[in-house]
Parts: sequence; structure tokens; C-alpha cells
Amino acid sequence: MPLNNQLLTPHWEHFEHDADIGIRGIAPTLAQAFEQAAVAMTAVMTNPEPLTESNAVVITCNASDNELLLMDWINELIYQTAVHHLLFKRYQVEIADSKLSAIAFGETVDRQKHQIAVEIKGATFTELHVYQQPDGMWVAQCVVDV
Amino acid sequence: MDTNQFNQRDETCWEIRPTGAMRVPAIIYADAQLLQELDQKVYEQITNVATLPGIVEAAYAMPDAHWGYGFPIGGVAAFDPEQGGVVSAGGVGFDISCGVRTLHTGLNIAELRPRKQALADALYRTVPAGVGSRGKIHLNHKSMQGMLTGGAQWALDQGFGDEQDLERIEEHGCMAGAEPHYVSPRARERQKDEMGTLGSGNHYLEVQRVTEIFDQTVANIFGLRVDDVVMSIHCGSRGLGHQIGTEFLKDMAMSAAQYNIVLPDRELACAPLTSPLGKHYLGAMRAAINCALANRQIITHLTRQAVAGVFPGIQLDLLYDVSHNTCKLEQHTVNGQQKNLFVHRKGATRAFGPGHPDLPAVFKDTGQPVLIGGSMGTSSYVLCGTKACEQLAFSSACHGAGRAMSRSQASKRWQGKTLVDALAAQGIIIRSPSLRGVAEEAPAAYKDVSAVVDVADRAGLARKVAKLEPVICIKG
Repeated sequence: MPLNNQLLTPHWEHFEHDADIGIRGIAPTLAQAFEQAAVAMTAVMTNPEPLTESNAVVITCNASDNELLLMDWINELIYQTAVHHLLFKRYQVEIADSKLSAIAFGETVDRQKHQIAVEIKGATFTELHVYQQPDGMWVAQCVVDV
Repeated sequence: MDTNQFNQRDETCWEIRPTGAMRVPAIIYADAQLLQELDQKVYEQITNVATLPGIVEAAYAMPDAHWGYGFPIGGVAAFDPEQGGVVSAGGVGFDISCGVRTLHTGLNIAELRPRKQALADALYRTVPAGVGSRGKIHLNHKSMQGMLTGGAQWALDQGFGDEQDLERIEEHGCMAGAEPHYVSPRARERQKDEMGTLGSGNHYLEVQRVTEIFDQTVANIFGLRVDDVVMSIHCGSRGLGHQIGTEFLKDMAMSAAQYNIVLPDRELACAPLTSPLGKHYLGAMRAAINCALANRQIITHLTRQAVAGVFPGIQLDLLYDVSHNTCKLEQHTVNGQQKNLFVHRKGATRAFGPGHPDLPAVFKDTGQPVLIGGSMGTSSYVLCGTKACEQLAFSSACHGAGRAMSRSQASKRWQGKTLVDALAAQGIIIRSPSLRGVAEEAPAAYKDVSAVVDVADRAGLARKVAKLEPVICIKG
């Protein structure tokens, strides 16, 4: 794949924080950047790749700006993960007028199989940024407390 | 961190004089080496705390301070409601009342050795640890209310422990002023199956050996001798505290402008102590403290069950139970005047000195036990509170080692299995549901706890009493 295309493909990464860990989604659209940030969140706990999509949860959030919307989105997923004992592999996100509607696909926690490293307590304002880069790619990121 | 940024008051006390919006100085307790190793973010965060309304005396950072959220972890600040003081959800953190409880076993290391593996297995079987583990206790609305109001006292009423446990717990096991009606349905939902679970990350249940005594007189009163076996539980208010932190952090950040509070960092989210939002948070946060106290009480009960199966007839009495992430109303003397202050300790331990009226009679001459948790495989320490600390940092001391390396760096550098084997070769048994979790908590990913404790001792924040080394560690 040519380098340019690779850079424009939606992807995620972690970034450093002394005590905890940063999650970052990078993608051509805002909604895809939110999807990727959520994959990065799952990856804090376990490797998302082998997960199945046997369960689906519908999620909606409202917020006054994109950064608060990201925080709400990640906190909603943390809540769903904790209460329904789910690990999400993939997300379908739509964002319009600061409203987010999404479906999160994943499977029930199997402690032996998933070898979860750590649970996430909450999304924080630390390094919370949502912006569009000069190359047009959207970045959605924050530090999560583990 | 560049030491030239500070006015060095003495060997372990470094002052940042107020500039800009700072209302009071910021003070970091460290020696030159620890200070040089500190992240510049701690400087930014502790000076930000010094800008908050109603802060009294100074914003303090303990020797184990590191980059946190809004407040540094290892941050202490007191606020006066009569001077527009605030309560900050960021200043307490997500894991409300996370803390350490240490239990005597009455065993010595020679008695433990032949049954060490059996004890490790029994503890791992009995105490739920790690993500997705569920407790055997399921709370309905009524029992949830009782737990949020009663704390460890509630747990006792359910049969989890003995009456004598209570006097060895801060607040006598029950935080007054809890208002469960400010705890949201979501926070309750997150907690209803999590009572009696350790959680994950740096939380643990550890069997430890006393390896060194620094103060024989205090150690005698604390009941600690070299080669004694003790057990320590490190965990907090679980999902309920996390959800309360999440919700109030956002609400306080959104309403700061309404209260004319300028936040240098949204993570410092706070509200006036006298405002409805501030009061609601205090009510919910105190309920979360009770949740943590009840949780450690139930885990104590489970630990007693597990130990009874391996060492029948053994009694596990509490040394003490301390909380790290709290905001508490306390009386302190400021400029010769008694003041009612709301003391935030974010990753810091309360360290009341000798004669403090809130301490049980047994600790009146020694000050309270200050329990400093290590990380898996490293030492822990027992210290005692000092009278001097009242003036140094509103009777507060450090709480642990603090990370030196991020989780991602740690998991890239170490393999969980290799670590478990290496620690086994040193005689330390690790039991954990996740090898990646073990790698992320590698002992070398943390600062040297001994250096942190030495500075706390030299600074007079607390005095060293005993050193503990791990023998068995159940990791969440």
C-alpha cells in the first residue's frame, strides 16, 4: 500500500502518561476517529483483534462540543463494559450536530481467554483534544484512568 | 526537574513562591535526587492547585508525587469554606478512598513457609481479583443504601468481621455525612456485583514478612516484630467510586464559570463547598468512602476464610486501614487559629500524630499507622504520624512509590511469565488472572519506594517503623 494511503487509513495508537495511558484515534472523518479512539480503549484492556461480534449495544451521547462528546462516548463505553461485562471489537459511529449515535459490537468477557490487563475507571480531561490536522485527518484523544 | 525553579527551605522542602494566579506557595517534599527525577508536569499541576479559591497555607506535593489529573498524584490541599473554598472531584480522583489495610496473622515466616503455596492457592481461589471478577454479594436497593451509609459497620452487620475491627479503621469504619441519594443509578449499577472484589491495576492482596524494625518502641505498640507475617489489602471503591468521579468531574468542569471559578486545567474541576453541587459531591464522595471501607472489610472476611482453611484457628486482627484519595473535614491550626478545613489528599495518606483526638487509645502515644504500599515484588513500609506533620502538610504523608515508567513501556520491556518466574526465584509467589497485567505492574516500572519513604521520614511527614517484604502477591 502506498504510504499516502496508509496514512489516510483510519487507525489508533496509545500515547504515554506517567500513571496511566492515552488513547488516540486518527481517521479521515470525525466519526471514524471516534471509532478508532474506542478501539484504542479496548486495546488498553485486551487485544481487540481476536474478539468476536456476538453482542451489540446501541449508544447515544449529546454534548456541547466535540471534546466533551469524546469524553461522553468513552465514558459510555466504560460503563457498558463494566455493567454488561463486554469487550468491544468494532464500532459504527455517526455524528451530527454534536449528537453521537453508535452501535458497539463485541463479546462477553472470558477472563481466561481475554487475559485483561487492567480495567478502565474513566476518561479524563487530560490531553483531551479533538481536531482536524492540516492533511484533513481527524484526531480524537484523551488519557484514561486505569 | 530543574532545582533552580525552587526556593530550598531545607534538605527536603522545596518552595515555589506564588506568581501569577497562585494564591499560596506550592511546596514539594523531596530530596535533590527525587526532585530532579520529578516530571515537570508535577510542577505545573501543583502550581495550578495553588490558584484554586479558598486554598489555605500552600499546595503540597508528597515525595512520591507524579503526573496525575489536575492534582498531581501525591497532592495535598486544604480549603476553607469561609474563604470561598472549593471541593474538587479532580482533587479526590476516580478511585475514591482507595487505600491499604494491614492485618496481623500471628504467624512467623518459618511457620508460613511449608504452607506458602497452599495459602497462595487458597487466597487466589477465595478473593475475586482482576477485571470481570464478580463478588458473591449482590446488593439490592436496600442493602446498597445500608452499605453507602454504614461502610465497614454495615459489613459487620452482615457478618463480615468483628466489632473490634472498627477502631482500627479511619473514621471508625463509617464516614459520617454520606448522602446516598446523590449517588446516581449508574454508579449503583456498576457496584451491585462488585462488593468484595480487589479490582485490577496496582490493586493487590499481599502476604508480607516484616524484615526490619526502625523504631522498636512504636513497633511494639503496633505489634510488629522481625519475621512476623502480615497481610495487606490495597483496593478502593470499585466501579461506584469511578462512576461518581466521572459524573462530578464533568458537572464541576461545566459549572465552573457559573461559580466564577477560572480553571487552569479542566481536570481541576471543582465547586464552592457551600454550593449545591459542592454539597452533592461531598455527600456522594462520602458514600463512596463507605463503599471502599465496606469493600476492604468484606475482603478481610474472605481473607480470614481462606487463611482458616490453611491455618485453622489463626486470627487476623487489623493493624490499621488508611485511605488515599479523599476530601475530609478536619480541624487544623492556621496562624494560631483553629479552622475547619476540607483537606484533599490525592494519592496521599492521612498521618495524624500522637495525641490526635480522632485516634483510638492504642495509638495516642505513637500517632496513627501510615501504611505505604509497595508494588508487586517490592517493599512496603509501616510509618507513624508525627506532631510536626500538622504544620508541614496538614498531617499528610506519601502513599506509595509512584510509577517511574508508563504501562505501555513496561509491557514492551517485560514478559509477564518471565517476571512471575523471576519473582518466584526470589521466593515471591505471584497469582494473577492476567500475565499482561503483571508485566504492566513490573516492580522496576515503579520508583524506589525506599527512597520515597526515607524522604518522608527525614522531612518529618511520618516516621519509619517497619519494613515489609512480599511473600505472596494476589494481583488484580
